[in-house]
Amino acid sequence: MNKIKLIIWREFITRVRKPSFLIMTLLAPVLVAAGITVVVYLSLQDNNDQRVLVVDQARLLQGKLKDGEKLTYYVDNATWTDSAFKASPYTVMVEVNADILNTNTVLFFYKELPSLGIQRTISNELEKNLELAKLQGEGIDEEAYRRVRKPLVMKLFDIDKVGEESYEQERAGIGFFFGYFMFIFIFMYGVQVMRGVMEEKQNRVVEVLISSVKPFQLMMGKIIGIAMVGFVQFVLWIAITSTLASVGSAILLKDKLDPKAIATSQLPADAQAELEASGAMAMADKDDVKLLAALGKINLPLTLAMFLFYFIGGYLLYSSLLAAIGSAVDSEADTQQFMFPVTLPMILAIIVAQTAVYNPNAPMVLWCSLIPFTSPIVMMVRVAMGNAPVWQMLLSMALLVGTFIATTWLAGKIYRTGILMYGKKISWKEMGKWLFYKG
Amino acid sequence: MSGRCCARASAIFVPADKAPPMLQLEGIVKRYGSYTALNGITMQVPPGQVFGLLGPNGAGKTTLIRIITRITGPDQGRVMLNGKEMGPDDVARMGYLPEERGLYKKMKVGEQALYLAQLKGMSKADATARLKAWFERWEIGGWWNKKVEELSKGMAQKVQFIITVLHEPQLLILDEPFSGFDPINAELIRAEILRLRDAGVTVMLSTHSMASVEELCDNIGLIDKAELMLHGNVKEIRRRYATNTFRVDYTGSKVALANSLSFIGELKDAHELDGHGTALITLSKGSTPNDLLRQLLPAVSITGLHEEIPSMHDIFIRVVSEKAPDHVTPGMTE
Repeated sequence: MNKIKLIIWREFITRVRKPSFLIMTLLAPVLVAAGITVVVYLSLQDNNDQRVLVVDQARLLQGKLKDGEKLTYYVDNATWTDSAFKASPYTVMVEVNADILNTNTVLFFYKELPSLGIQRTISNELEKNLELAKLQGEGIDEEAYRRVRKPLVMKLFDIDKVGEESYEQERAGIGFFFGYFMFIFIFMYGVQVMRGVMEEKQNRVVEVLISSVKPFQLMMGKIIGIAMVGFVQFVLWIAITSTLASVGSAILLKDKLDPKAIATSQLPADAQAELEASGAMAMADKDDVKLLAALGKINLPLTLAMFLFYFIGGYLLYSSLLAAIGSAVDSEADTQQFMFPVTLPMILAIIVAQTAVYNPNAPMVLWCSLIPFTSPIVMMVRVAMGNAPVWQMLLSMALLVGTFIATTWLAGKIYRTGILMYGKKISWKEMGKWLFYKG
Repeated sequence: MSGRCCARASAIFVPADKAPPMLQLEGIVKRYGSYTALNGITMQVPPGQVFGLLGPNGAGKTTLIRIITRITGPDQGRVMLNGKEMGPDDVARMGYLPEERGLYKKMKVGEQALYLAQLKGMSKADATARLKAWFERWEIGGWWNKKVEELSKGMAQKVQFIITVLHEPQLLILDEPFSGFDPINAELIRAEILRLRDAGVTVMLSTHSMASVEELCDNIGLIDKAELMLHGNVKEIRRRYATNTFRVDYTGSKVALANSLSFIGELKDAHELDGHGTALITLSKGSTPNDLLRQLLPAVSITGLHEEIPSMHDIFIRVVSEKAPDHVTPGMTE
């Protein structure tokens, strides 16, 4: 099998040496990091000082609203006309009508739409104060109300593992992440396999090659070589992105990206005090904690092993089909009609995997985690959640192995005829015929 | 002759030279669905010679070459190399230059040649040494680190020729080797083919240039519509296609010449210039050139008599354009 090694090496090294590989590998994380940084930075940064005119017809808010950073409240009881507001130096006018305690609706007029963050801050501030007014109106003690209003926490337990919280949702989320990663990889590099096959066919170099090696060796060499390019690229991406992210957040967003700072700034002052008092400050980044706990709950060795298995199986299955398509057509434009049926199950898989996160026991999820064309992505969610019985995992794996052996075999047959077929309009029927040609 | 059963009985078979064949095809049949690309091809390629594989476009030549190079397999029949049925390892002993040339455009010349040589089973060191020798001999050392896309079409073809022969194959299959070359480079390739032949390589040449066939080929096989129509030694085939026609150079009267022929032959063509005439005379069956001379001598004075042997060009057109094979060889079956 020295020849297939040579093919793998050529596929790998010619791609890795391309300037575009280097650029993509370096640039993509920089762009992603820059993109995230810019978005986060901009969302935290509010361009202008906001001068908020609160037209308080209910006469509840005078002197109660607390100014924020770049945010000043002016409370007025008089009625303001639109034109008066337009002519005024205020940037926002909030109309609190006299019957606010029943309608629970305020009207927000703006000259330039402030960011969602500002809108939320204003809304929270108003709500908090109106709530107090309501409490007083109803004669309810504020302390008592706070005690009553504590949100309900529902902890999930698997009856077979009593004593530990299951964190199913979070685990499913992690599984979905693995599945999504697979989807991206299979798609990106599967298409590269298809392009590579088409390039060899268009160059006509393929005839020289297959007078030296078997078409199947050539196809598998390409599939494996490109997978190696993908692995290298992903490893580099992860390394570069995480380096950039840590460096970037350290320098650029020193205190702004501190989750505690963000969380506390949005909490009402008294709630903050309450939190600090109860020593539950950590609750502020509750989601992070949950995610970590979920990670701890996942059977990590099993999940990673299954990930590797489904990843390789799914890639082999789809890239061999894409290689067959590449061999059958003469130009990129002709690939469309064949690409659609191949990409459809992948997209379906992503949709079902999303469903699985919230409804892991739906029959659709079960079936799609067994059917080989969708199982790599969907089963990942179930594996991470730990709700797939062993027999289902084994069945799903066996089906995947059987199917990728079948598809690579079929693809090999189509490939071997297709790469030498020029100037013919290819249909599904025609490809079907090729399966029966003798090598 | 073995395997004749599979070919149409009326096609002519002139025995190839008696040396054991380098390549022997026995009853090769290839079908694509309902289309028959090759219908029972049986032929031999003697060793150390240049063999011409002829035929009009779409006759099945490329399919036959792909079967020999093991790119595709026959539905029936076998391919023997040196008397043994060909196996997967034999591809290393063959060099194949496809009609549609192609190399990786973005790969450097030297690297690409080494890659393809290694796929043929050569070690990297061997391939490097031989490649350097070729580049020196053809004085193209500067191309080593160029990408193929930077070369002209002719230059790329030269590189591809070197790649084809680099692993020193015993059987060299060249599909239209001269196409795309200017006369100087075509001559270079021609000389290389002869040099390789003299070094013992068997060359199978597929070409539409009948002049090169006459010049280079010892034996030929002519395929038309999936059938082998003609197979054997070029000189013998031409002789067999001779129609007993003679060219007579003479001085004297054309009328006297025509009259003197009586029943021994038919005047096909005659023209005169300054009293010197040339006539083409086809002899009737049983008549000999001596009979012709005897008849002509009293009528005109003869300055030359040559037999008209048809060119491969004429034979090709005749074989291919005659639809029913029965008419190919009136009265000429062995």
